Amino acid sequence: MRMLLASALMFVALVGAVPAQEVRERVIVGLSQNRISITANFDGSEVLIFGAVHREAPPPAVGPLEVIITVTGPSQPVTVRRKSRVAGIWVNTDAVAVERAPSFYAVATTAPLETILTGPEDHRFGISVARRIRAVSAPEDMEDRDAFIEALLRVRAAEGLYQTVENSVELREETLFRARVALPANLVEGDYQTRIFILRDQRVIDAETSIVSVRKVGLERWLHQLAQERPLHYGLLAVFIAVLAGWGAAFVFARLRA
Amino acid sequence: MQIYLPIAEVSVNAFLLLGLGGAVGLLSGMFGVGGGFLITPLLFFIGIPPAVAVATATNQIVASSVSAVIAHLRRRTVDLRMGGVLLAGGLVGAGLGVLAVRWLTQAGQTELVMKLCYVAFLGLIGALMFAESLRAHRRASRPGVAPKRRQHMMVHRLPLKMKFRTSGLYISAIPPVGVGVLVGVMAAVMGVGGGFIMVPAMIYLLGMPTKVVVGTSLFQIIFVTAFTSVMHAVTNQTVDMALAVLLIIGGVIGAQYGARLGARLKAEQLRILLALLVLAVCGKLALDLFLPPEELYSIAVAGRG
Repeated sequence: MRMLLASALMFVALVGAVPAQEVRERVIVGLSQNRISITANFDGSEVLIFGAVHREAPPPAVGPLEVIITVTGPSQPVTVRRKSRVAGIWVNTDAVAVERAPSFYAVATTAPLETILTGPEDHRFGISVARRIRAVSAPEDMEDRDAFIEALLRVRAAEGLYQTVENSVELREETLFRARVALPANLVEGDYQTRIFILRDQRVIDAETSIVSVRKVGLERWLHQLAQERPLHYGLLAVFIAVLAGWGAAFVFARLRA
Repeated sequence: MQIYLPIAEVSVNAFLLLGLGGAVGLLSGMFGVGGGFLITPLLFFIGIPPAVAVATATNQIVASSVSAVIAHLRRRTVDLRMGGVLLAGGLVGAGLGVLAVRWLTQAGQTELVMKLCYVAFLGLIGALMFAESLRAHRRASRPGVAPKRRQHMMVHRLPLKMKFRTSGLYISAIPPVGVGVLVGVMAAVMGVGGGFIMVPAMIYLLGMPTKVVVGTSLFQIIFVTAFTSVMHAVTNQTVDMALAVLLIIGGVIGAQYGARLGARLKAEQLRILLALLVLAVCGKLALDLFLPPEELYSIAVAGRG
């Protein structure tokens, strides 16, 4: 009897272990570029994210493989303001401060998000954009602070800064995948974190991250740094250029007329 | 050709900015106005953040005023002493104005206050110019009646009298300093040179002779806008050099053609057109304030207007 129980337990353990071993799938990722340079004629860019699912055994039969790719820009504190009518004109009256909101966020998936991702998994990994907005502080007496968060998502989505593009990840034979993420022209400098999740049965089996660095270069970088780090020099330089240009123009046109 | 503006952090068509600078330069050359009061609202309309628009416009005005003052210095139509007194007031006003912009930006009200100021001033100036040019138009067709100039006696009664030889005046320094302060605040808050307020104030309030008025006002504007520009760069980091350079290039070229075009065209009819343009810009800004906006919510990233 004891033997039987032991072997039964062993059997259960084996059965339990086998799928776990079989499901051992890993994701391997590549990016078309690790650096994006904001130059004087920068007008947006695109990142191609591609990769493969590595497995030692044939794919398990527990539901299709799904891929979710997210790209997160540097987080910033933002203030969301709402206008209301005061004495006939529209004035900013209410405000909600958000401690951390990503300056850019894109989600690309192989299928509609709600069919492949459950709430708890979303919460655990912070996948949908709403999960990336943190530490909201509203006045005590404000009843509709959620409206401000919705507005933040809506306005940024309209500017192309928050994107959810379902079915945009191409997946071939549950192994090779690729997706393109469009970055708009009004990008903020910093490190953009790219996360790739593979899921089966609404569960994340593996995830991998990678960084795309977005930096101003050349003259753009020099001007921006000067303005931030030595504002007095920057201001004087701006005035010097203006005086020189004004004087130069008067001189040139006087010569032309003569 | 798109250009990415390093401070405004937006991507704009470079030719649009050159054209904007050129068009406003053309108008300022034709009418002898600074153009700041047109360029700043036009920058709002193309999506430049208001704080950047105002700070950068002051930088552009430096260039156009330097360009214009050279001819006046050559003709000796600049009252340097009066310019200095106006400037003393102007620097104080500009300092106050820059601090006001900083405070307003933190409170989220910069855009509102700027637009309100613009609606009030453009409405006033546009209406006055329109009435004036209609009258001038009628007068031109009925010659013989010279306009009479009134002089206020207040400038003679106040203390701290100074002698202004170029203008041939012996008046108190208090009213010119006051005019300077007002114009300085406007330069910082609205991104204008303030010539459209200063010129009438010089003629009607201070009683200065018309021939030195424009040169002296330009002289004062150069220093006040240069100071404002540096102050904005230091306190708010909102001067965009790339934007300023494009506007300046368009502006100086436009101004040269405008001056020649203005000499050939009928002045009264042109003034009516300018008045209508000013009123149109005013109307557009007023509509933004009074009509329900499409999006009630706006987002401000900390530290930026």
